[in-house]
Amino acid sequence: MTEMTDAPGWPAPHPGAAPMPRRIAAQAGLELRTLVRNGEQLLLTLIIPVLLLVVFSSEALISTGKGSRIGFIAPGVLALAIMSTSFTSLAIGTAFERRYGVLKRLGATPLSRSGLIWAKAASVLVVEAGQVVVIVVISLLLGWHPVVSVTSVISVIAALIIGSAAFSGLAMLMAGTLRAEATLAAANLVYLVLLGVGGVVFPLTKFPAAARPVLLLLPSGALSDALRSVLRYGAGLPGKDLLVLAVWAVAAIALAARTFRWE
Amino acid sequence: MPLSRRPAAPPRLACVSDAPAVEVTGLVKSYGRTTAVAGLSFRAERGEVTAVLGPNGAGKTTTIEVCEGYRRPDGGTVRVLGLDPVGDARELRPRVGVMLQTGGVPTTARAADYLKVMARFYASPLDPAMLIDRLGLAGSARTPFRRLSGGQQQRLSLAAAIIGRPELVFLDEPTAGLDPQARRATWDLVESLRESGATVILTTHYLEEAERLADRVVIVDHGTLIAQGTPAELTGASGQVRFRAEHGLDTAGLLDALPAGSAVKESPAGQYLIDLPGGADPQIVATVTAWCAEQGVLAQNLRIESRTLEDVFLELTGRELRS
Repeated sequence: MTEMTDAPGWPAPHPGAAPMPRRIAAQAGLELRTLVRNGEQLLLTLIIPVLLLVVFSSEALISTGKGSRIGFIAPGVLALAIMSTSFTSLAIGTAFERRYGVLKRLGATPLSRSGLIWAKAASVLVVEAGQVVVIVVISLLLGWHPVVSVTSVISVIAALIIGSAAFSGLAMLMAGTLRAEATLAAANLVYLVLLGVGGVVFPLTKFPAAARPVLLLLPSGALSDALRSVLRYGAGLPGKDLLVLAVWAVAAIALAARTFRWE
Repeated sequence: MPLSRRPAAPPRLACVSDAPAVEVTGLVKSYGRTTAVAGLSFRAERGEVTAVLGPNGAGKTTTIEVCEGYRRPDGGTVRVLGLDPVGDARELRPRVGVMLQTGGVPTTARAADYLKVMARFYASPLDPAMLIDRLGLAGSARTPFRRLSGGQQQRLSLAAAIIGRPELVFLDEPTAGLDPQARRATWDLVESLRESGATVILTTHYLEEAERLADRVVIVDHGTLIAQGTPAELTGASGQVRFRAEHGLDTAGLLDALPAGSAVKESPAGQYLIDLPGGADPQIVATVTAWCAEQGVLAQNLRIESRTLEDVFLELTGRELRS
């Protein structure tokens, strides 16, 4: 180690904030690198969805109705990938950041709390874009023939973004109020429950008729239904599902904003 | 060209720029039934190092966190650089550096990566590599925060607090739990900051730290101010001279030769203590040694001492600081 014996004078104070976009980009980059290096997070966001895609499309483990199995599974796995990133991963990461004072400390930097929220949103969207590319490419290799049109592309993007907003709001609601360990347990549990009843790999038609409308009102059911109706059946804009997701998004974000405790 | 009708300098700005770094007036803060701070007032001048000194639980961290804008006061006012820490947070954030007592860094972030990200929040930050080097973290630049030693974690938090070149830095127990070498590195850095013109406010329960670093010391206990001033003002002018000699000397003649108000006692046997309210000076030392020579006595272990902050704290509270 070099000793700085003839060190020049320490630089004089020169305070000032960087421009907002640079602050957000810097924090979003850190969040992304953290996510990519975290093994458990990668398991949730990429490995489990891809495994489900491959296993359920190749074996007739469940009856998926008329048409190809991959045509049923791919939209469901896309919905699952969105949930894993914008709900489970975001909730757990944020809860531990709160517990270790990371959110508190960032609140005293020029990034500010709103900048932190934007950085998290940006990193979630970048990860999701990556997930969508991987899942679509693998699905196409597995013989997927989705309905592609201007309407379907717009509908899918709208469903992914509004769905992300809804799940992110729920994640922040949980991370901002519960203890970190409770969030860890609850977020994983909810992930499993939504995997089961969210129309991801089990068709909602397999559930009792009375339960179906309720399941379609859950964000997971609405998201997978929206993606499937467009990509598998070539339906138009899935207005009802998008409305359900939008209501969840507005309610969850408003509630999270009111209840979130930063430390 | 029309004459401007605006006053030359808006009075509020003038007032803000002249304001002390921190001015706390009658601060009260409670958590439930526990009163953490009970009417504390002090000020910290710009360009100085101010140490808030007190035992654990004295209300130091609460006070600092109110100044940092994390908590709203229940009573009293707090002004930081002439601004309201909560209402003017947006303006203060780039100008104020913060080191929390613990945590604050993502556990999986690597030291150098974290500092680079923090640097990008500011307009003209310090070079992260230089700071890493200066704080002796070069060997751990790629180590995730959670695998750094406690001392390394402290130093990384310190680096993050100053990377934006703030004019005011709050350090909450910056050297708690550090080994002597790491403590010295931190002290050197605080001294460099002061030389560069920055204002530093730190909390500590180490007396040596306050004595060595601080231009001004604010002693708190039970959420109230015990005393404040420069270390010299607090320890006062008074001094002591001690020496060891044979038991049972008649010191009446010595007392007559010393300034009025001085006191001489032998306790325990053979240990002589001279209390000097006006402090020791070369003339007094000469008087003492001359008297010893007259008596044919060799003054052994002759020592001239001043009061320490520890003595001050003990006197004011009746307790030892570290008890």
